[in-house]
Amino acid sequence: MLEVNDVSVRFGGHLALDRASISAPAGQITGLIGPNGAGKTTLFNAITGLLTPTEGTVVIDGHDVTGQSLHRRARHGVARTFQQLELFTMLTVRENIRVAADIRSRWARDRGDMGALTEDIIDRVGLRDVADERVTAIPTGQGRLVELGRVLACKPRVLLLDEPASGQDDRETERFGELLVEVASSGAAVLLVEHDMSLVMDVCDTVHVLDLGRMLASGTPAEVQANPLVLDAYLGTDSGGAA
Amino acid sequence: MDKFLVFTIVGLTLSGVYAIVASGLVLTYATTGIFNFAHGAIGMFVAFAYWQFRFGWGWPAPIALLLALGVLAPAIGLVIDRVIMRGLRGTGEATRLVVSISLMVGLIALANIIWEPSRSRPMSTFFQGRRIKVFVTTITYHQAITILVALVVAAGLRWLLYRTRSGVSMRANVDDGTLTLLNGARPSRIAGLSWAVGGFLAGVGGVLIAPTLTLESGSLSLLIINAYAAAIFGRLRSIPLTFVGAIVIGLTEGYLAGYLPGDNRYLAAFRPAAAVLILFVALLVVPNPRLRDRNHIREFFPAPTVPGMALMAGGVIIAAVVMVTTLDTVSVTSYGPVFSLGIVALSLVPLVGFAGQISLAQLSFAGIGALAVAHHGIGGSPLGLVLAAVFAAVAGMLVALPVMRLSGIYLALATAAFAVALDRWLFNLPDFDVGPVHVSVFRSGSLNVDPITVLGLDFDSPESLMVLSAVAFAAVAVLIAGLRWSRFGRQLVAMRDSEAACATFGLNLIWPRVGVFALSAGIAGVGGGLYAMQLGSVAPARFDLLTGLPVFIVVVVGGTGLVGSGLFAGSMLFGVLPFTSGFGPVFAKINSTFSGLAGIGLGRNPSGAVPVFARAVRPLRNDVLVLGSMGAAMAVVYALRLGDAFANWTFAVLIGLVAVVAYVAAVVRARAESSGDAVVADLHDLDWAGITAPWTPQQLARVESGLDLDSVRQASDA
Repeated sequence: MLEVNDVSVRFGGHLALDRASISAPAGQITGLIGPNGAGKTTLFNAITGLLTPTEGTVVIDGHDVTGQSLHRRARHGVARTFQQLELFTMLTVRENIRVAADIRSRWARDRGDMGALTEDIIDRVGLRDVADERVTAIPTGQGRLVELGRVLACKPRVLLLDEPASGQDDRETERFGELLVEVASSGAAVLLVEHDMSLVMDVCDTVHVLDLGRMLASGTPAEVQANPLVLDAYLGTDSGGAA
Repeated sequence: MDKFLVFTIVGLTLSGVYAIVASGLVLTYATTGIFNFAHGAIGMFVAFAYWQFRFGWGWPAPIALLLALGVLAPAIGLVIDRVIMRGLRGTGEATRLVVSISLMVGLIALANIIWEPSRSRPMSTFFQGRRIKVFVTTITYHQAITILVALVVAAGLRWLLYRTRSGVSMRANVDDGTLTLLNGARPSRIAGLSWAVGGFLAGVGGVLIAPTLTLESGSLSLLIINAYAAAIFGRLRSIPLTFVGAIVIGLTEGYLAGYLPGDNRYLAAFRPAAAVLILFVALLVVPNPRLRDRNHIREFFPAPTVPGMALMAGGVIIAAVVMVTTLDTVSVTSYGPVFSLGIVALSLVPLVGFAGQISLAQLSFAGIGALAVAHHGIGGSPLGLVLAAVFAAVAGMLVALPVMRLSGIYLALATAAFAVALDRWLFNLPDFDVGPVHVSVFRSGSLNVDPITVLGLDFDSPESLMVLSAVAFAAVAVLIAGLRWSRFGRQLVAMRDSEAACATFGLNLIWPRVGVFALSAGIAGVGGGLYAMQLGSVAPARFDLLTGLPVFIVVVVGGTGLVGSGLFAGSMLFGVLPFTSGFGPVFAKINSTFSGLAGIGLGRNPSGAVPVFARAVRPLRNDVLVLGSMGAAMAVVYALRLGDAFANWTFAVLIGLVAVVAYVAAVVRARAESSGDAVVADLHDLDWAGITAPWTPQQLARVESGLDLDSVRQASDA
């Protein structure tokens, strides 16, 4: 569903991504982990078009979208959340989700009832109690759910989630994991960047590890957990690597 | 060859002035992040002060220069930094922009108060008349000094930035302010130094260019827009590139002065507009800024409510009817723009308030509307007003398309450049043809405008036009409220918060932006059309950039995202200020600084004045009984006034009295009602309990009572 091939991104003299490749198949949750500064958000930006890669290609659902603008890529079915919440602060929870649904209905020429879709999503993500609250009045954990709700309103084929569990408590994270499994089982490809390892290990089918802009390892959660290179990147070695 | 050399020298002299002024602008922007629209106005103010010292009081030139440039100019920079700009840290770009535009308007007003604008102030050049021979031509001392000073400024800035400790701190502050602070530098000292040097450079530019022009506050402040183009060449960062830009603009102006055929009426006005066209083009080719993500917006504008809009629309129409039935024709004429230019103010609400875009050209769009009414509303045809909206909307679209990728100060500058190009050049053109279309503008003078006739009703008196404008204002206000409730309105508000998020949902940002620009320009066009009918005759000067800036400032001060801010701007600028100015010249002078001072204070309350007012009158709005009684009492007072029971002053005092009594009654009743909710309200004080001070037994008791823990205990015991 999503294929990223040898993508490099350079900021001046700094190579933030070095020929990174990753794929996210439909119906599965693919994890992308790595220490801070590894290039995870840069990869998301390169996939969605917020950054133009120096080299490499991004293919969504068989279409090479590398040179395309953000909105064109979105229309190929890719949607994302942001590491730092990008909520529409002048609007309520309901309106935040409705905006996304309305935007999609326009370009997808979907004549369905966007009001009903919005209400359905509010129930799915569990925001009924705060639906009429302004988004600045709800805690970060629920803000993450609003972002997920907005993304779901775009009916995406590829979901990129950038640290969606940060700011959530254990119960919220558990519910969030269930939601992700539900979304993936409906046929979408989910690419999850997350620091909450228990969530990653619980819900992901495959996990990729990124370090210093390079793909370090890939495999099932169990394989990745046992990989010495990964342990080294996260914890450092006795010979003096940094934590 | 001689001619070429002469105009090369003219061009290089202009380049010198632009380079000096623009480098000061770049210095303050690069080190403090504030684009100082008032930079030119500082130069203007210092030039006036120099005139006062040197020619007004006849002091020797060295002392006058020392005082104006060595003391006054840096002092203005320092005062601006300490008193105004320091309070702006952490505010949004729009707020900072409005504050610096307000500072410009305030400085112009202050200069007009100190130096009576109607008096002529001749200012001779340095070493008047003396010349140096250069090859086959001669160059005046003043020109030589200007070019020399520019070279010294270039060398001096290089030395300051690269060879001094303060300069290195300035450059470090540009790269990473926080890191510079952690390394022991003092950003406030760096900012103060930048503003002082910026003020000095603005002053030098002002003193050098003023003798070659008329000493007039508005045009001298705006002339520096030419220097902005040079600063854009340097992307507001690089001083060497700014100098290159200044040379390009100065030489272009010089050669246009020499070689542009003076007898061609189409090109005659082009020269003063050349620099702004260069600015416009330079803005279009500056590298594409990144999409705005997560703006740190402090402002919040709630969506309008149906009862609120009904109250406002009804109130506006009733106010207009009361005004026309109680005031004499002269007063109705002078307060006429409250609603017509109020519509121009309203046009900023969807654009700036909802979509977060900036336009300094709304009054220019109003001018296009006025033109449409003048040319197509002959004999009272309503087609004129329809075309006013259409032509202005098309012009808005044409401006919006090329500048769509710009935001913040770049967009403000581009729209300002458009406004200046219109009033300096296009509005002054004779008739011309574009293919099959014949275009008429102001025909180099003023145009008569016929009053409109709608459904057989002639709106041919100031009274009827005021009521028509009020009805149009109410209709536009309801339209804008409807827009805010609509799908498109929600999208605009969402884009204001995060363009990046909207684009990732598949929204092509260009069309909503172009749409809202066109809509806003169209609304301004209608306002301009009605204003033109009220005036009866219109000239380009009514619609220039400087005249339009107070409208922009006061709408932002009112709270741009609120429909009420249009009414606030219209009634303040064209109602309250002219009314209080009638009390005497002192009031008129104080009022002339109003928009400047109000804008400067915006940093303290970015959500504007209207929400504060709305909060204050909420008890009255919510109390149907008191509100109804107030309406009835006002109706009785109005009926007595119509029966000539008393004059207008008594009427105004009685209406004010009824409003005050009703307000007090509503507040007292609201307090009496809410006393029962005191326990709930008190619980909010608990937010800080245990954080700012230890818990008290009373607070614990309130929590227990609030959570009803007694009944929980009883239930668990049972």
